[in-house]
Amino acid sequence: MTTAVAPAPTEHDHHEHPSWLAHHFDDAEQQFDAGKMGMWLFLVTEVLFFSGMFCAYALYRNRNPEVFEFCSTFLNEKLGAINTGVLLFSSLTMAWAVRASQLKETKTLIGMLGATLGCAAIFLGVKAVEYSHKWALGLFPGKFYISQVAGAPHSEVPYLWYLSIAPLVMLVCFILYYIYGIVTASKFHLRVAGPLVIAAACFFGGVGLGLVLEAEEGHGDTHASASHQEHSADHAHTDAAIPTVNLLSTDTAPLNDVATTPAESNTPDSSVNQKGMAGLFFSIYYCMTGVHAFHILGGMLVITWLIVKAANLEFHSKYYGPVDNVGLYWHLVDFIWIFLFPLLYLIT
Amino acid sequence: MSTPIAEHSHEAHGHGHDGEFSHPMPIWMLLTVFVTLLALTVLTVYQSTFNLGNVEIWLSLTIATIKAGLVIAFFMHLLWDKPLNMIIILSSLIFVALFLGFTMMDAQGYRENLIMTPTLEESQPAVIEVATSK
Repeated sequence: MTTAVAPAPTEHDHHEHPSWLAHHFDDAEQQFDAGKMGMWLFLVTEVLFFSGMFCAYALYRNRNPEVFEFCSTFLNEKLGAINTGVLLFSSLTMAWAVRASQLKETKTLIGMLGATLGCAAIFLGVKAVEYSHKWALGLFPGKFYISQVAGAPHSEVPYLWYLSIAPLVMLVCFILYYIYGIVTASKFHLRVAGPLVIAAACFFGGVGLGLVLEAEEGHGDTHASASHQEHSADHAHTDAAIPTVNLLSTDTAPLNDVATTPAESNTPDSSVNQKGMAGLFFSIYYCMTGVHAFHILGGMLVITWLIVKAANLEFHSKYYGPVDNVGLYWHLVDFIWIFLFPLLYLIT
Repeated sequence: MSTPIAEHSHEAHGHGHDGEFSHPMPIWMLLTVFVTLLALTVLTVYQSTFNLGNVEIWLSLTIATIKAGLVIAFFMHLLWDKPLNMIIILSSLIFVALFLGFTMMDAQGYRENLIMTPTLEESQPAVIEVATSK
């Protein structure tokens, strides 16, 4: 135990132990193993918790597969795929952070934790674009679902701005904190504030990325016009003059004419496009992705805590349990998304 | 302030000498796993462009399971972890399988009594009556 960073004696004066080793543990390895087993047990409860939602999904998809075919046309596959890549990359940086903490490479560690935090923010930024776009279309859960009609105008409520308020406030606060770090010339504050500023800015990077991809998709009112690249997103909605027939005639994919069917028509699809059917799908969608997003937020909080500890130079090869355990949690969040993405976005 | 970590490669399983128990993953391994995961993501997006019918969900679930397995084995370091932790997490998967499996069996059991399409909103009361009297 000569390798302790700060073998400061505490109030437990019966036996000497370094500050990072709780006195009820024999040694560092026992402490690490106990913490890690606790984390795995927690992850088991998380897996079982999410499996409840996957169960609801499986039952409903098994009963009404046509609802999933209809509704998944409203989910932007490209944004989902980008978010998958972002989360996978954040998993890589998190695993790298664990390595850096074991090797006591503090700069790499803070950089990797900051990258993980930034990826999480990008993920949430893209998610904000997805959610706000769905809300503008009236794709709400359950009884709030508004039946989709071709040519219906979008809601004018600026949902994306609402979602951006909190990140904007945080960005300002972090910049002020960074300036405070410069003024006081505190290395510690600068090491903490830097990644936080970048992460908060990453949210808006994610929003920008999402908006670009969403516009590229060129979806119209019902997304059936997805193949009409010439329409930018905003033009297509307001242009009520686009005849539905025209949309139908240019599309070959069988799903697209499902989506263009107005709610009032007599086709079998009209039964799908209502609160009890599509609304239920969006209940499941918001529940699963929303709970997942809250897990991302929780992960961001604990990663911030890790950055503070790392800036304090607390981690070394005998004490990296917190990084490892947060890493396990973060990979689990990634793990859940790996299943959510094909199950929600890639239905044909 | 110096820690004896330099000689500690990932092959050297941490237990034993000197109370050292960490074994950092080599960078090439992390990158390989990441690239494989990305490739599998591209593959799953690509396969969704074909209309494969019923096979599709099983194919995409298989790819997702392989990806999840890679994340657990390498990123979560389970391959080098204590066997007890492996038992813990694998047992959770068994319970998930039981949970989903029995629920689906149950759902199939009363499938013919299900109202497959809910009522249209305006005619709700009447049809619900029909359904319950059945």
